[in-house]
Amino acid sequence: MEIFRTENIVKRFSNHVALDRISVSVPKGSIYGLLGPNGAGKTTLLRIINQITAPDEGELFFDGHKFTGEDIFHIGYLPEERGLYKKMKVGEQALYLVQLKGLPKKEAIRRLKEWFEKFEIISWWNRKVEELSKGMQQKLQFVITILHKPELLIFDEPFSGFDPINADMLKNEILTLKKEGATIIFSTHDMGSVEELCDHITLIDNGQKLIEGNIATIRKQYRSNIYRVCFSGDPESIKQAMDGRYGLLDISAEEDNQVARIQSLKPSVDNDLLAALIQKVQVLSFNEELPGMHDIFIRVVSEAKKNNTR
Amino acid sequence: MNRIPIIIAREYLIRVRKKSFIIMSILGPVLFAAMMIIPAWLSQLKETDVKKIAIVDSSHVFYKVIPETEFLKFDYLENISIDVLKRNFKNLGYYGILYISPIATYDPNSVILYSDKQPSLDTKMHINKYLEEYIRDQKLKTYNIKNLDEILKGVKTTINVRTIKISEEGEEKESSTGIMMAVGYICGILMYMFLIFCGTMVMRGVVEEKTSRIVEVIISSVKPFQLMFGKIVGIAMVGLTQLMIWIVSTFILVSVAQAVFFPQFRLTPTEQVTTQDIMSATPADGSQNVQSNAQSEEMNQLRDALGTLKNINFAVIILTFLFYFMGGYLLYASLFAAVGAAVDSETDTQQFVFPILLPLILGIIVLFSITNNPDSPISFWFSIIPFTSPIVMMARIPFGVPWPEFFLSAGLLVAFFIGATWLAGKIYRTGILMYGKKPTLKEMLRWITYKT
Repeated sequence: MEIFRTENIVKRFSNHVALDRISVSVPKGSIYGLLGPNGAGKTTLLRIINQITAPDEGELFFDGHKFTGEDIFHIGYLPEERGLYKKMKVGEQALYLVQLKGLPKKEAIRRLKEWFEKFEIISWWNRKVEELSKGMQQKLQFVITILHKPELLIFDEPFSGFDPINADMLKNEILTLKKEGATIIFSTHDMGSVEELCDHITLIDNGQKLIEGNIATIRKQYRSNIYRVCFSGDPESIKQAMDGRYGLLDISAEEDNQVARIQSLKPSVDNDLLAALIQKVQVLSFNEELPGMHDIFIRVVSEAKKNNTR
Repeated sequence: MNRIPIIIAREYLIRVRKKSFIIMSILGPVLFAAMMIIPAWLSQLKETDVKKIAIVDSSHVFYKVIPETEFLKFDYLENISIDVLKRNFKNLGYYGILYISPIATYDPNSVILYSDKQPSLDTKMHINKYLEEYIRDQKLKTYNIKNLDEILKGVKTTINVRTIKISEEGEEKESSTGIMMAVGYICGILMYMFLIFCGTMVMRGVVEEKTSRIVEVIISSVKPFQLMFGKIVGIAMVGLTQLMIWIVSTFILVSVAQAVFFPQFRLTPTEQVTTQDIMSATPADGSQNVQSNAQSEEMNQLRDALGTLKNINFAVIILTFLFYFMGGYLLYASLFAAVGAAVDSETDTQQFVFPILLPLILGIIVLFSITNNPDSPISFWFSIIPFTSPIVMMARIPFGVPWPEFFLSAGLLVAFFIGATWLAGKIYRTGILMYGKKPTLKEMLRWITYKT
């Protein structure tokens, strides 16, 4: 079940195509990562989802129906370039922004007080925003974004500018939101957080979608048949196990044991490799090394670049 | 659900609660009241000071020629050197020394008034007038005309032109051009001030939202046009609130000051009428007029002024002011908002603001000529063209404007502000998300064609 879908979105600016027939489908209740290098078109896509700009072509669907103006109130958006009115008081400002999202005043005050107490910023209610530290402002912006309990949350580069403690807190809040049934789309460069949080991803570059899908499936798809073998014994003897089907990439010492990375040159021979190894050394563990999102990202983007220049 | 009222409320409240707004609300009326009260008060003060002037008349023909007034006294000194007087000036306590040289009758530059202060214009004119008249009379006498004294007395005349305006219904209305000019001029200047004051406030608000990057958060909840419109309306209400505060408290301050400083000169509306009735009742017979010449001149002016004030329809002026303010403001505020959206910082605005200010400045430049000549072709065209009409029409309103002209001007203004708001909305929604290089005018025009 998807909560949000785009079909062949095209957006042109005066001298380039920002989005070229982008179709994505965001499953309900998932955390969806939108990846891509700088200038790939991520922010443009997020702005289109938020109805800030309109696509030149293509259609948007929300919760099974064509996107309407009212749907915007079921979305919470934390832009990459986020700011607040510096001279306005914290509480008043939060109230204003939340009311614009359609929350009635009384309910807004009640929920705000709750969150302010949770984040221990209730004493700042009547202070001006410019007196807050950057981290506090980010917390405030986060609270404002989620306060109206939207079904779809969109965070553009949410971790940029957060210190590790706040970034961790943000991750936990995102997971809590997911648990409560919300769907989260976020764009990021931080591949670590993608692996940690995302269920699904889309990778776009130069306005084109390169890959989309479940993160585990994608990682399997980009596997390079590298196995990580932890063993004890003579590192020289493991080399004898290598015949034409395998290649030893490297061996490193890890505490008392050795770790070898072996690439299988032909697919689906895990058991054969393991059998060969067992004869030579004491195998302690044997795993397939799935590529990290970092590697996939770089590989896919540079391949796309090669294809484009060709 | 409509969110524009929430935006209007914020835009209005944060500005009205600002210190600068409160200071302006207090300072404005004090300044206006001071502008009205202080000159009147000073002119009263001046007259209580008796000035004594020593006259050294070397020609010996002007003895007692210059009449003394209540506040101006003369000492005719004989056989004393002007140099001695000048040297002892401080000890003698004179306001000034008037030296008349022996050839005063022939040389216009031979009368000198020495003083350690800058002598007042009144004093100078008083002396000038009587010396000139005396010399002229003396010259006439050399022609040996019979009964010259009676003739001279007979030709002395004063003219006080009263202007009466005939309205379309054939009704006659007494008007004092001076008062109408003043009212028109003040309305024009006020309009100019408020258009710029509120227009730049809109622009600064837009720039603030853009530079603080809050704008993207807001337009994910409301349409850019709604944000712009809410801001424009909220600030219009700020301007109107300020104006109301100014008008009401200036009126109160002036009334209080009048009661304190000039109890004999109170001009509340009912009293105005009575004053005028009493004045009309004074016998206007000739002999009395000649006797109290100076006084009656003042009375006539006052009567004119009061008559005009009574005939100016303040309700019409206030209503047209509000209309032209709203129309002109919506026209200019949209343009200012578009400029604010197009640039990244306030310092970049100047290049775009200048072309917007140009018609406003032009309006102020022609304003004086229009109050002088409210029915000239310049007045007509400037009060029809929507960019100048709010200022210029206000200067014409007190004189009365034919209905067709008024409707043409008002209709064009409405059409233009709708057009300007539409256009500005298009530039605005693209501009607020554009950061980096300052756009050219050409790029801004291209934004208009973008799809939302």
